[in-house]
Amino acid sequence: MRVDVVLRVVTKLLLPFILLFGLYVQFHGEIGPGGGFQAGVIVGACIILYAIMFGLDRAMRVLSVTAVEKMISLGVLLYLGTGFAGMVMGGEFLNYSVLQHDPVHGQHLGITLIELGVLVTVAGTMVAIFYAFAGRGR
Amino acid sequence: MVLLTLMALVVIGVVRLRNLFAVVILSSAYSFLMASVLIVLDAVDVAMTEAAVGAGVSTVLMLAALYLTKVEEAAPRHTPLLPMFVAVVIGAALVYGSVDMPNFGDAFTPVNTHVGSGYLVRSIPETGVDNVVSSVLASYRGYDTLGETVVVFTAGIGVLLLLRRNKRSRSKD
Repeated sequence: MRVDVVLRVVTKLLLPFILLFGLYVQFHGEIGPGGGFQAGVIVGACIILYAIMFGLDRAMRVLSVTAVEKMISLGVLLYLGTGFAGMVMGGEFLNYSVLQHDPVHGQHLGITLIELGVLVTVAGTMVAIFYAFAGRGR
Repeated sequence: MVLLTLMALVVIGVVRLRNLFAVVILSSAYSFLMASVLIVLDAVDVAMTEAAVGAGVSTVLMLAALYLTKVEEAAPRHTPLLPMFVAVVIGAALVYGSVDMPNFGDAFTPVNTHVGSGYLVRSIPETGVDNVVSSVLASYRGYDTLGETVVVFTAGIGVLLLLRRNKRSRSKD
């Protein structure tokens, strides 16, 4: 795939910042705006941008189709697992306060884990749909 | 106001144009304007999602779909009178409904007096999370967010089932 060299260089420069911004939105979501869904979409868009600029094959070498498909279910499992972990530790389903001795720390841990689950599922779904679409044209 | 006027202009452009490529780009611009409106309304979380999904990912998916079909839209075979009538009636009903909406930022609406204010008071002592949006989404309304994640999961699985060519059929062609 031959694309304009300016676009290529600018994309290469931008990609790490987009990815970093996605992670910032993820882990700063408790203080600033953002959260798992937003971060997942940004990470997914980052990979899609890479695939557009450098070709589907190179993108699939970074993140293979099977990995993406596993990500979709892994995120939901992480979310559910956090919920069940609350049950095992003696609380209700999705009660994070019991995850650690201090309820506030438990809430922190629980929210971080489920936001991570949302990120993994959303990013996986975005990229998987893109792969499915883009793979058909060939 | 400027943003809403621009959005109306973009919609008129989308309706009038027959070139689907231009329509896709215009709807991306529409999403971007929508994101700006949401920022003006102080809903930064939603604006981020709108900018990334509406203006970014869905545009790419539309372009990918366009790659598989024709670029020009076929001329409509029916007169547009009946759809236009339906659209006008529904639009009028929505405008009629919006008359009863409370003023923006009104402190005495059910939204702000019922559970909403409770979350604002309880969030920081109970969860230690400064962004109340995050604490409501992830902690107080954890079930809803779980449902939302499962919806995304189901959508992804559904698209993969429809579009993905499995290995057996790939080896055939």
